Amino acid sequence: MKHNKHTYIKLFTSTFYLSAFTFGGGFVIIPLMKKIFVDDLHWIEEDEMLNLAAIAQSSPGAVAVNAAILLGYRIAGVFGALMTILGTILPPFITISIISIFYSAFRDNAIISAVLKGMQAGVAAVIADVVLNLGGSVIKDKDIISSLVMVGAFVATFFLKVNVMFIILICGLIGAAKVLININKSNKGGDSK
Amino acid sequence: MILLELFWSFMQIGMFSIGGGMAAIPLIQNQVVNINQWLTLTEFTDLITIAEMTPGPIAINSATFVGIRIAGLPGAIVATLGCVLPSAVIVFTLAWIYNKYKELTVIKGILSGLRPAIVALIASAGLTIFILAIWGEGGFSSDPQSINITSALLFTMGIFILRKWRLNPIVVMLGSGLIGGLVYSLI
Repeated sequence: MKHNKHTYIKLFTSTFYLSAFTFGGGFVIIPLMKKIFVDDLHWIEEDEMLNLAAIAQSSPGAVAVNAAILLGYRIAGVFGALMTILGTILPPFITISIISIFYSAFRDNAIISAVLKGMQAGVAAVIADVVLNLGGSVIKDKDIISSLVMVGAFVATFFLKVNVMFIILICGLIGAAKVLININKSNKGGDSK
Repeated sequence: MILLELFWSFMQIGMFSIGGGMAAIPLIQNQVVNINQWLTLTEFTDLITIAEMTPGPIAINSATFVGIRIAGLPGAIVATLGCVLPSAVIVFTLAWIYNKYKELTVIKGILSGLRPAIVALIASAGLTIFILAIWGEGGFSSDPQSINITSALLFTMGIFILRKWRLNPIVVMLGSGLIGGLVYSLI
């Protein structure tokens, strides 16, 4: 892809919008990034987006910032990463700067809290949509281990509140074990499938 | 030098908050309330409330908030940069390693194990927000009275529009915020 001015501007504006309207932080921004950079712009593949998400989650710091750095770097190099960092950091920076001055008025404003409440429902809908797409494609792969990992990881994080780092570690190990066993099998002349 | 102290404190927060989001709260509290006494505990609780009501990662929000309270705009800039710097360095390193070795079978295997896990993490984050939107702070309840009807309708409309017309997600989010505000003002 050509790294022209248009790419940089698009990287900045897309991450700026996403960051400005993503409440709750953490993983919420990943499905939104996927929606824009994979589904709308077709700049990277779905698999690659999930790989970047895994790296973002395993690194220290805010997941949203990490994912933005990785995405920007992957699409348009170091300068692209600078664009996405700025795009991700500026909205909360501006919002908080303003709010810290008007905090008590903001907290007690009923209309603002109604708008925020409405947006929560919208964000939930967007995430549900992405989960249906991604989950569907994992199941369609007909790889039983992948499907089990998905269900297991969900139960572990949502119901059992297992530390996310631990889940990442275990699932990575399962994946590594899977390919190593496959290699072993094919070396012995068995069915490598 | 207060700016240097801000930078150093938030650099530590950025470096050691692994897993993001809520995991960062105790670290921030330790630096901001216990060690440096930049905020009282009440102010810190207010900060967490603001951070939850506004967009952006909690660590960035607190860096901006604390920075501006302690040393004005320069403070906010320095604290935010300090917060981002460690992750930028580490993530760049990991991205480089990933690009160099992503064709290795073992790395491919690890990533193939991680992808379904990431889908699960997204699903979990989504469900948490869904419950917050529909039932509020109290969490899931089987009592139909506790359902926020406006939110439930907005969610249903949102998912229908997204699946049927593949609309830009930002339009859906902004639209539901707008409708939420309107419904509140009218009722």
